[in-house]
Amino acid sequence: MTIPLSWYLIFAAALFSVGMFGVLARKNAIAILMGIELMLNAVNVNLVAFWRYRSPENITGQVFAVMVFAVAAAEVAVGLALIISVYRRHKTVVADEINLMKW
Amino acid sequence: MTTDVMKSIIWLIPLPPLLAFFLIILFTNRNKAVSHTIAVGAAFLSWFGSMVVFYRAITTEEFGKNFFASSTNWLPVGLIPFKIGVMVDPLGAVTLFFVAWTVLMIFIYSVGYHNFGQPKGDHDQAGLPPHGATVTDVHGHGHKVPSIEPMYSRFFAFIGLFAFGMYTLVVSDNLLTLFVGWEIMGLCSYLLIGFWYGKPSARAAMIKAFITTRVGDVFMLIGIAALYSFTGTLNFKEIFAKEMLEKLADPRLGGFLGLSAAGIIGLLLFIGTIGKSAQFPLHVWLPDAMEGPTPVSAMIHAATMVSAGVYMVIRMFPLLTAGWEEGMPLTPTLTIMATIGAFTALFAATIALAQNDIKRVLAYSTISQLGYMIAALGIGAYVAAAFHLVTHAFFKALLFLGSGSVIHGVEHGVLHTGEHVDPQDMFNLGGLRKKMPVTFWTFLIGGFALSGFPVLTAGFWSKDEILADAFANKWPVFIVLALAALLTAFYTMRQITLTFLGKPRTESAHHASETRWTMTVPLVILAVFAVGAGWVGIPEHFTGGLIPNWFHEFVAGTIEKHLPMVEFNIIPLLTSLVVALGGLTLGWWVYRDVKAGAPDPLQKVLGPLHKVLKNKYYLDEINNVLFVRPAYWVAETFTYKFLDRTVIDGILHFVARIASNVGPILRNYIDKPIVNGAGDAVGEGVKWFGRRIRVIQTGRVQQYMLIALVFAFSALFYYLFTLLRP
Amino acid sequence: MALQIIFILVAAVTLGAALMTVTSRNLVHSALWLIMSLFGVAVLYVLLNASFLAVAQVVIYIGAIAILIIFGVMMTRRLAIDTSRQINSTWWLAALLSLVFLGGLSWMLSNWDGFWIEAPVMAVNIDPVKQLGAALVAPNLYVLPFELASVLLLAALIGSIIIAYEKR
Repeated sequence: MTIPLSWYLIFAAALFSVGMFGVLARKNAIAILMGIELMLNAVNVNLVAFWRYRSPENITGQVFAVMVFAVAAAEVAVGLALIISVYRRHKTVVADEINLMKW
Repeated sequence: MTTDVMKSIIWLIPLPPLLAFFLIILFTNRNKAVSHTIAVGAAFLSWFGSMVVFYRAITTEEFGKNFFASSTNWLPVGLIPFKIGVMVDPLGAVTLFFVAWTVLMIFIYSVGYHNFGQPKGDHDQAGLPPHGATVTDVHGHGHKVPSIEPMYSRFFAFIGLFAFGMYTLVVSDNLLTLFVGWEIMGLCSYLLIGFWYGKPSARAAMIKAFITTRVGDVFMLIGIAALYSFTGTLNFKEIFAKEMLEKLADPRLGGFLGLSAAGIIGLLLFIGTIGKSAQFPLHVWLPDAMEGPTPVSAMIHAATMVSAGVYMVIRMFPLLTAGWEEGMPLTPTLTIMATIGAFTALFAATIALAQNDIKRVLAYSTISQLGYMIAALGIGAYVAAAFHLVTHAFFKALLFLGSGSVIHGVEHGVLHTGEHVDPQDMFNLGGLRKKMPVTFWTFLIGGFALSGFPVLTAGFWSKDEILADAFANKWPVFIVLALAALLTAFYTMRQITLTFLGKPRTESAHHASETRWTMTVPLVILAVFAVGAGWVGIPEHFTGGLIPNWFHEFVAGTIEKHLPMVEFNIIPLLTSLVVALGGLTLGWWVYRDVKAGAPDPLQKVLGPLHKVLKNKYYLDEINNVLFVRPAYWVAETFTYKFLDRTVIDGILHFVARIASNVGPILRNYIDKPIVNGAGDAVGEGVKWFGRRIRVIQTGRVQQYMLIALVFAFSALFYYLFTLLRP
Repeated sequence: MALQIIFILVAAVTLGAALMTVTSRNLVHSALWLIMSLFGVAVLYVLLNASFLAVAQVVIYIGAIAILIIFGVMMTRRLAIDTSRQINSTWWLAALLSLVFLGGLSWMLSNWDGFWIEAPVMAVNIDPVKQLGAALVAPNLYVLPFELASVLLLAALIGSIIIAYEKR
């Protein structure tokens, strides 16, 4: 017996949840970014698993995963730039302290 | 001249004095000369028209049947329009004659009476009689002269209106316009009695006159209304038509206390005369009316107003005697008339005995003479009453104007000497015969006429006719009237003796002087009439049938009923001679020697009765207690203080208090909390809500994400659960 | 059989590393645990016959993104050693949410028929890399997304430079 699809999906869901926990519960902004990376990776695993198990002859699944790669990279770059800019202005990267948009 | 022209003239007769009134009031009030010219000119025009009409009237055959009448539609009431118009029948013609003459004489007299041409007074005020002006002559001596009346033009305007009222009354052919003239004269008597409104006594007198005559006028108006409702017309000739009178005389129609409709209406109308012609008990205004200037007294009490009352009753004679013939017992209305007339005649004569004011004697004398006329009518002596009306107008006007002349002459003396005496008190006069001859002789003629001096004076003929009629019909009336005639002669001679004969009792009387021609010429003219007016009515038996009794024939033609001339009887003739001559002699004899400061000789004779007479039987005081004070109480205490202030104002204040309390309640308990509160609550609620809600916007991204995910997952899972369950 | 064991081992390692990433106090330690987790994912790609993606994973994620993260950590330090508590006050809600998500998703998927399928047999003569390359530049396939991804990267590049630009 080989690996059923369910194992991959459950794994991806678990990884996504961990990433979500990190996004929601960590103080440091860069730690939040790390959580986001975990979530994106979980999505990618999901995509590839579905490709392999549902239509491997159709390469679309992989193409999609490649797009996700590109987007993740772009997002990290921009996110870090923002964090550095905020750090320079407010001397902090604690997410709770960056609350200029409060009432 | 044709009858159409006559009718136009009759319509125009009342007009000139009315125009004079308006012109003077509106335009010429400042200019005294123009005012009196307009007034006298107007009186002259009316006089001229009246003379023309009179001449045509007496030269018309059977004038009683062919009288002048002209009417016009006025009010459309129902099928037949109400008409008003003019009419001059024999009675109207003779009335017009004496009214025209006396009015003109009084107008001319007024020019002199109010001192036209004299300088303005030193301290003269409008509303008070003039007090004299100081004139310095070449030597620097100042002496006082009479001053001109400040309200000169106003006087002429008012007597113009008065003349208009009288003329209207005389020429009218229906009761309504007669009543209009009646009321206009009432108004003018009010205005003129209170001409000198600055004097409190004048103000009281004017109100008294107006209100007293008003009492009579109210009943007269009810009578007119009753007449109209019974007959549907107010025109004299229509009322006096035979069928109409028969209908009214029926006792079953409108029976009230046994009177027929004619009786009731006649009684009501007669009450109007009681007021206007100053019979007992409504006579109280006439003596007080002496407060007005003397021409006013002459006008009111001789020429016009009181004559109007008697004229009206003479006019309504057919109505009063509906269903009655000579020789029948008198109807209740006629009995009342005769009683009141006779009583008044005697009553007023007794009061006149004790009066010291020269004008007051004449006032009571007028009341007494009017009583004569009313009594004459009451016993059915139509022509005698009309005759006495005419002659009385002439000699009473003469006497009043003469008394005015006396007062003026003595006032001249008062101003000259600076004494403070009342020129109207006869006990301050005396010996004026030498100082004022013209006044003396004319006054004497008038006084003799009043007393009934035989043959020569008009009063004799008219008074004698009344006495003869009374003797023939109702001897109680005869006795009373004869007694009154005795007293009349007595007090008249008393007046003449005290005023003109003997020696002057005061310095002012000593320095009196004759008055101007504008005052003495009217006296002379009136004296002519006082002598001659009686000769047109000499009974036939006196001249053995040679001269017909023109007056009787002429005036009797006015009514349809045949009025026979009275049978000759020696007793009334003797009686009138005795009372007249006897009274005159007695009067002269008692008073010929009264010295200055001496009391009235009559006081010794009559004793306490004299005091009662002098105080007019205390009737004014009785009236005051019975009527005046209760009226004041009702007006002041009851209606004003109680009804008006307490009840009505109390209700209003109560309502106002409720309203002013409800207002704040509404404001504080409904407006502010509920209405304002609702609006405020919305705003405050939104603010509160916002303040509570905004805390969720912390600016912290992770919290936003947490909440977003909570909601998103809830929605998602709920949706999926409902989808996935079979 | 062997594949299953390998899978379980790799999945355990990856998840464990991920958990350490999100709970570590030291931020640099977090970054290093992240790198280990990303390695685990690359291995899984190999198990899924997506060899190109495995390599791309290592190169892009670990070689670029993780390094970038470490750079960011270095550049935003306030203190030399920062070991205060790194979990914020509402972590319990985050944990709850994650668990709910996990449970819900699992349950949802378990109701799906295709959940339990086995891997189909792949054709031997197909080369996935070649196929991927051809798909990325074929005009009727995915050249447009490919180009757009390039533009996106360019924009991100320029954007991040501008955002982080320090004015002198």
